[in-house]
Amino acid sequence: MSPSEAGAKEAPKYTKKDFESDQDVRWCPGCGDYAILSAVQKTMPDLGIPKENIVFISGIGCSSRFPYYMNTYGFHTIHGRAPAIATGLRVARPELKIFVVTGDGDGLSIGGNHMLHVLRRNVNLTILLFNNRIYGLTKGQYSPTSELGKVTKSTPVGSADRPVNPLSFALGCGATFVARTVDRNIPHMDEMLKRAAAHKGTGFVEILQNCNVYNDLAWNVIYDRESKVQHELRLEHGKPLLFGPPDDRRALIMQGVTPKVVRAKDVPESTLWIHDETNVNAAKLLADLFAPDFPIPVGVLTAVEAPVYEDLILQQEQKAISERGPGDIAKLLTSGDTWKIS
Amino acid sequence: MGQIATPATGAEKTRTALDRAVIRFAGDSGDGMQLTGEQFTTESAWAGNDLATLPNFPAEIRAPAGTLFGVSSFQLQFGSQRVYTPGDRLDCLVAMNPAALKVHLRDLKTGGLLIVNTPAFDKRNLDKAGYATNPLDDPTLAERYRLHKVDMTGLTHEAIKDLPLNTKEKDRTKNFFALGLVSWIYTRPLEPTLDWITKRFAKNKDIAEANTRVLKAGHAFGETAEIFGEHYAVEPAEMTPGLYRAMTGNRALAWGLLAAAQRSKLPVVYGAYPITPASDILHELALHKRFRVRTIQAEDEIAAVTAAIGASFGGAIGVTASSGPGIALKSEGIGLAVTAELPLVVLNIQRAGPSTGMPTKTEQADLMQALYGRNSEAPVVVLAPATPGDCFYIAYEAVRLAAKYMVPVLVLSDGFLANGSEPWLIPDVTTLPPIEIQFRTEREGFFPYLRDSATLARPWVRPGTPGLEHRIGGIEKQDVTGNISYDPDNHDHMVRTRAEKVRRVAQEIPPTSINGPATGDLLVVGWGGTYGSITAAVEQAQTAGKSVASIHLRHLNPLPPDLGHILREYRKVLVPEINSGQLVRVLRAEYLVDAVGFNRVRGLPLPSEEIYEAINQLLGSTP
Ligand SMILES: Cc1ncc(C[n+]2csc(CCOP(=O)(O)OP(=O)(O)O)c2C)c(N)n1
Ligand code: SF4
Ligand SMILES: [Mg+2]
Repeated sequence: MSPSEAGAKEAPKYTKKDFESDQDVRWCPGCGDYAILSAVQKTMPDLGIPKENIVFISGIGCSSRFPYYMNTYGFHTIHGRAPAIATGLRVARPELKIFVVTGDGDGLSIGGNHMLHVLRRNVNLTILLFNNRIYGLTKGQYSPTSELGKVTKSTPVGSADRPVNPLSFALGCGATFVARTVDRNIPHMDEMLKRAAAHKGTGFVEILQNCNVYNDLAWNVIYDRESKVQHELRLEHGKPLLFGPPDDRRALIMQGVTPKVVRAKDVPESTLWIHDETNVNAAKLLADLFAPDFPIPVGVLTAVEAPVYEDLILQQEQKAISERGPGDIAKLLTSGDTWKIS
Repeated sequence: MGQIATPATGAEKTRTALDRAVIRFAGDSGDGMQLTGEQFTTESAWAGNDLATLPNFPAEIRAPAGTLFGVSSFQLQFGSQRVYTPGDRLDCLVAMNPAALKVHLRDLKTGGLLIVNTPAFDKRNLDKAGYATNPLDDPTLAERYRLHKVDMTGLTHEAIKDLPLNTKEKDRTKNFFALGLVSWIYTRPLEPTLDWITKRFAKNKDIAEANTRVLKAGHAFGETAEIFGEHYAVEPAEMTPGLYRAMTGNRALAWGLLAAAQRSKLPVVYGAYPITPASDILHELALHKRFRVRTIQAEDEIAAVTAAIGASFGGAIGVTASSGPGIALKSEGIGLAVTAELPLVVLNIQRAGPSTGMPTKTEQADLMQALYGRNSEAPVVVLAPATPGDCFYIAYEAVRLAAKYMVPVLVLSDGFLANGSEPWLIPDVTTLPPIEIQFRTEREGFFPYLRDSATLARPWVRPGTPGLEHRIGGIEKQDVTGNISYDPDNHDHMVRTRAEKVRRVAQEIPPTSINGPATGDLLVVGWGGTYGSITAAVEQAQTAGKSVASIHLRHLNPLPPDLGHILREYRKVLVPEINSGQLVRVLRAEYLVDAVGFNRVRGLPLPSEEIYEAINQLLGSTP
């Protein structure tokens, strides 16, 4: 077993209730964060990890209040730095299972640098990025995922900066597990949480989340029943990329080096794009696609194996100790050039 | 120019005994002056002298050859009595090129020994150093100093002409000629350097042979060349018996952390982002994985401090280090550790600022930043080592206090302490105070902010402990329960409690030791790397019959409990600092004493001569 595997000891049988803390939840009524909290609490018993070995770490934002509501260990830290704090914790305590909860501002503005590095290092932890395309806690300024021209308090005539796509960003950073899910789809969230939590390395999950106060229905394209049917592309490993209503299925295919949407029945089966989670290059193409011209990919874009940062650090330590024994300060102090004065 | 003195055979030379000597090797950054100085230091330590060193090098990695800003130097003072500083004025200057002469000549005493490498004084190098004519041709130079023009380059090549090395490689060994020559002048043993050469160049026999021969050639040149009529001996100093080693401040900090890791039986997680002059601590710690020190080269200073905080939350010892600009970036993180009440050690190796300032030059101007440089009321413990070797004890103490009081501890070292070295009496580590860590495991009556009555520390709980799951964070919390609280009175209470917790660290501070009379005309108060300069100046004043004492603060927050009383026992108080007056303000504010500052901010240690003058001035007499 690698030194970084969590939950070595057997977990008792938990229920959702075991993961609910005694704190009053303080999000606005109707906020998408409630559904995410409920999904996470519901998933926890299925992870088979003793509760005391689970830690939730967050930055600052509405989303980052999350740890207070989980009856696990938790640390609500400072704006943007949760990935760095979690990295230090993993290096100190590789047997713990760590979740990082962050927002689009926390994780991609002020904490963008740490997000980049935690992903490239492939630290073994699960990152849940609540993307509501707005700064909720500071009352509604546009965020780095807001669309160009977004009108908010800080941009009365529209924002001038182009948005970042969290999935493309994560893949660009070398993430080894990247998935997208939606706050209004509890079973899918449940499935993605389990997949991400089981991943060895950094599991990055973008959760499309509704801020009903400052950016209501920003994701309506995937909430609205009609539109969801038209655009949602459920990614399933080994299955072709098909979407759209049953009577008018569409296929996402590659034409040359360009993704294209075509009528499924117009193309031979051999040209279909079969989703392969181990193909990072394909995931990068998928990550950029969005409605209205393309479907909205939902599910696991990629899941690949790569060395885990803290495993390597601990292996170096264990090697040094097994080869030369544990450090001894008294010996070190008298090593090298010394001289005696009598 | 370029004349070589013909060796005189058999002439016995006179040897004069000296109490102490200050010498400086100066040359181009490619001339190996740091190595030369370090080897001379080792030789002097072998000879049983007390000593102090001052390396000084350009920030540029490879500054253009021959330029004034590319000059690198290494100074040391060694003596048969206590040596507190690397010295102010030079007894001997070795200048390997015109630029080195130009930069350093003003520090040489009139009548001092000046040794120059003549072939380097060619047109190109003279131009680069901005000399219109060759200064060696100016007769006043030889009138004012004991000038020795030596063709080091030529003699070096001569000594190794048969070795299969190219001209550049041969050229590069000439620093050993200088080292051999100066070793002869001051009667230093060559053995440690010969040993070093053998070990260092074990894989390259020709280079080893070349360096050995050139070193000996330099030595023999001193002995035989007519120009050196006399040489000197500096008798061993009276030092506490025991086993010694050379210690630099940065290594001592690193080893202090290793000692703390071993004694606490906890891993150290060290987060750092490279910055001069703190990087060497990271380099050193990365060598010692066997002590369970886990180094993280973080993406920035913020990640470095927060990774350390994450580790502390996990029950390891979180440590981070930087210099001024990086410490500025860490402030928000330090504030989090203050309110989360987690142990954290932050090492600040101060350098000249603001902003990038002068990265390789020393300063003491981050005291206010350490004490107050965070938003809101965010008190931390602040310690400062007095000498390079003291860094070992301070790092260890920082870990001990951080864990015992669940509080961040800031250590203020500086560029001078970091790179300077001193002969260090190796301590018996079993005499260090224990670091007893007690993680809370008991469920009964547990609250995250329940406090120890003596220290006010909250319990340290390792995640993974069943039944003690809890949440902490940066939001204000209710005392005891740790639940989020916006209650006004609770906030006031918590602000006071966090301050009181730091204040209680005063119970750990030993009585202040006073160098001099317990009452008198003048007390000199110092902190940090100025210890040597201040002590030398004060002892000089005491020898001159002045009623002067000094104390040196290692604890800057909280201040020693006996400090207020001591300050009142003297008519006047002088506070020398390498800043524009920081500790002096604190003392005036805390104790309402009319303390006076002595401040120079030149990126260099304070010259003890100037402190001596300031003492006399304040006492109202001329020296
Ligand atoms: C250093 C710092 N700068 C600014 C803030 C103010 N601030 C708090 S949360 C936030 C934005 C949060 O946005 P996001 O991460 O999207 O979280 P959300 O509230 O939308 O869940 C900002 C700017 C802060 N707490 N700290
Ligand atoms: S402001 Fe928006 S994101 Fe924040 S709690 Fe309210 S609805 Fe949720
Ligand atoms: Mg947001």
